[in-house]
Amino acid sequence: MNAVASLWVEVGTLSDIPKQGARCVVAGEKTIAVFRTMDDQVFALEDKCPHKNGPLSQGIVHDGCVTCPLHNWVISLSTGQAQGADEGETRTYPVKLDGDTILLDAAGLA
Amino acid sequence: MSTKQKLVIIGNGMAPGRMLEDLFETAPEAFEVTIFNAEPRVNYNRLMLSPVLSGEKSYADIITHDDDWYAEHGVMLYKSARVDEIDRDAKTVTASNGVSVAYDKLVIATGSNPIMIPLPGHDLEGVITYRDLDDVEIMLDAAKAKKHAVVIGGGLLGLEAAAGLRMQGMEVTVIHLANTLMERQLDESAGHLLEEAFRARGVTVKTGANTSAILGTDGKVSGVSLEDGTELEADIVCMAVGIRPSVAVAKQAGLAVNRGILVGDDMRTDDADIFALGECVEHNGQCYGLVAPLYEMASVLAQNLTGGQAAYGGSITATKLKVTGVDLYSAGNFAKDDDREEIVLRDAVGGIYKRLVLQDNKIIGAVLYGETSDGPWFFDLLKKQTDISEMRDTLIFGQAFQGAEPLDPIAAVAALPDDAEICGCNGICKSKITDAIASKGLTTLDDVRAHTKASSSCGTCTGLVEQLMVLSLGDAYNPNAVTPMCGCTDLGHSDVRRLIKAKELKTIPAVQQALEWKTGTGCAKCRPALNYYLVCDWPDEYADDYQSRFINERVHANIQKDGTYSVVPRMWGGMTSSNELRTIADVVDKYDIPAVKVTGGQRIDMLGIKKEDLLDVWADLGKAGFVSGQAYAKGLRTVKTCVGTNWCRFGTQDSTGLGIRLEKFMWGSWTPAKLKMAVSGCPRNCAEATCKDIGIICVDSGFEIHFAGAAGLDIKGTEILGNVATEDEALEHVVALAQMYREQGHYLERIYKWAKRIGLDEIRAQILDDAEKRKQYFERFVFSQKFAQIDPWDERVSGKDKHEFKPMATLALEAAE
Repeated sequence: MNAVASLWVEVGTLSDIPKQGARCVVAGEKTIAVFRTMDDQVFALEDKCPHKNGPLSQGIVHDGCVTCPLHNWVISLSTGQAQGADEGETRTYPVKLDGDTILLDAAGLA
Repeated sequence: MSTKQKLVIIGNGMAPGRMLEDLFETAPEAFEVTIFNAEPRVNYNRLMLSPVLSGEKSYADIITHDDDWYAEHGVMLYKSARVDEIDRDAKTVTASNGVSVAYDKLVIATGSNPIMIPLPGHDLEGVITYRDLDDVEIMLDAAKAKKHAVVIGGGLLGLEAAAGLRMQGMEVTVIHLANTLMERQLDESAGHLLEEAFRARGVTVKTGANTSAILGTDGKVSGVSLEDGTELEADIVCMAVGIRPSVAVAKQAGLAVNRGILVGDDMRTDDADIFALGECVEHNGQCYGLVAPLYEMASVLAQNLTGGQAAYGGSITATKLKVTGVDLYSAGNFAKDDDREEIVLRDAVGGIYKRLVLQDNKIIGAVLYGETSDGPWFFDLLKKQTDISEMRDTLIFGQAFQGAEPLDPIAAVAALPDDAEICGCNGICKSKITDAIASKGLTTLDDVRAHTKASSSCGTCTGLVEQLMVLSLGDAYNPNAVTPMCGCTDLGHSDVRRLIKAKELKTIPAVQQALEWKTGTGCAKCRPALNYYLVCDWPDEYADDYQSRFINERVHANIQKDGTYSVVPRMWGGMTSSNELRTIADVVDKYDIPAVKVTGGQRIDMLGIKKEDLLDVWADLGKAGFVSGQAYAKGLRTVKTCVGTNWCRFGTQDSTGLGIRLEKFMWGSWTPAKLKMAVSGCPRNCAEATCKDIGIICVDSGFEIHFAGAAGLDIKGTEILGNVATEDEALEHVVALAQMYREQGHYLERIYKWAKRIGLDEIRAQILDDAEKRKQYFERFVFSQKFAQIDPWDERVSGKDKHEFKPMATLALEAAE
């Protein structure tokens, strides 16, 4: 087995995403939602709520979480785990900032 | 007719209000009651005027007895009726409104008058006292436009007035004759701490200062000059130097009067059929201005009116200052004397000062500043004259430190004896509360207040009462049943709305900071609510925060379960044309829109549109003149109409025309929850106006305005607001009603729920009966529309928020090996 090397690709700059907002990155069949918090951290999650596949990128971002627009599940941006009484998990992807440039690890995407 | 005795009461303040409650509880049928009130209103909690002035409460919150209460108990209440004459021989009283009533028993409860020092200029416009709601209204009014306020008097009332005016944004100076504030209740140290606290809030305090004249121009106040020659600017001067028992009518009747009306222990005057009660009386050489003694008198009088033998033995009083953020408690006597000792605790950093004055190992006085939770406990020891020698070393640290280990608050309450006083205002002891909780099955704070009166007056013992509830009910008691807005705050929606206005909070972070939000950035529940409140309250100043809106309002379309969107253009009043229909048909074909549906709101919905296509769809619709139907908004949705006089043989008015006019006037406005309207041309009601948020039924004589209907989760017919004659009036009433709802509704609260909460009578009083108020609501709506009536689709086609509609990046992935 080969260890999968990271493959960092530029997907945009910080200013492309509103504070407490998200933008989508389309990668083949998958859509990745890239979030920006109030304090300019970025997170990447598959754009699918574990509940009924609602587009998390369209939700309200607050305190390290996003609330799904369909049925108000609250998903942690850092772990992808549903919060509170709900159970489920959305896949997370490595993402980092280089200056203002947002880099997403595309290695796990294919 | 009835054989009931006739009881007449002069005055309708807190003391007679409480006396009647006690009376009706023990002997509901004994008397036929008539009340004359010089104020034009029902009984309200005068202790709460300061929170009304500061904007933390509204008048509605402080009403003790509403009109229904008087009706229910068969009480005849004359408002705005001052009694000028008592004829003791004929046993009648005559009021300023000409009404004359005979009595068997008469109660004088005329309260007190604020003292107005007859300084030069005291009769200028803008010089007021601080006594009743009228004064508060004058001050609030002044605070809106004017800058400088001077408060003469640094006692309890003066300081509460100063704090309230400051919170309303005025520059406030307090002028106080003595060298320290509240010198009657506080010692010098606490007085200085208090002065510091007021300076820190931006209030200027001048102690040892004597006012020599009030200055004015054109009959209006313009300033104040002090004896030392200083002149201060003032747009309003509030004189708060004390109160004097109001005894004029008693004097006229020839009753024995000293400073107050003289009464014995049975509350009787020197006329066997005439009693007196409250701040107007003098008992044993004492006049009282605090609520606890008045309630004790009320209880005694209620018993004696029904043949009891109760005696009033005078009161020891404790004082709390009701200024948010300043904790101050004082009780008893604290002048220095040779046979007195004191225990003092100071914590300069924590801003805490406590002083107990002892005599013969008993507490005779207590002053607490900065941390007052032990106040009631010290007061209890003081009143019972408990010997404290056993706990002398730890006494000053309070009740929690009297055991081997500090007690938690619940355990401390558990340790209180059954007869310990919990609510000082109402004289309610612990067992009375716990018994009521157990025997009546009470589970909410409001229940406990309703049944026991505990914490229903000044409210400072609320924490203790809640601890008792936790003690009695365990986890079954949820103190948050008072519905906070969300987990980020303990405040309810009404409080938040009021504070946004009172503190002029104009951004979401400002609200969260000022109101001490518990989370960093709020949550998906409070942010959309705050965003709406700010949009509504500061239409010209607030920048709408789209990240705090639900996705539908952010992209101006309705998200569907598969993540696609539906689009509904406006069709004014449900009217359309071949051109509009052709455009819709073309758009459906061009973008391969999978479903087209006629909605319940008389327009057309295109469903299943991909997010990336939204801008192009809107651009095409826009070319034909369509604007967003806001079918996604907590805002004005549709105005359904029937064809009215244009076509219908039964139509009485141009219902279509009025519907279109309303929709064109009101589109774009945000409301607490969605707002759906309809106009029917006759009572056959083909537009189904009687289950709408706001509906109009046209009749021959004009327009019948309906509101507060529901046809969703709940089904409810509308209530009638009233009838108007012309279309213009109909528009003004509907718009004013919508604005009142916009200003008062809780976020996501439909108009029928709001109406239930506020009361239909209150809404009719403001919208139908009060032309001035209606006009103001109307104008505020019109002003707000200047900023709201921008077609969001057109804006986005022109480039706004482009990021919402396109992916940030599309990655070309190579097949992984």
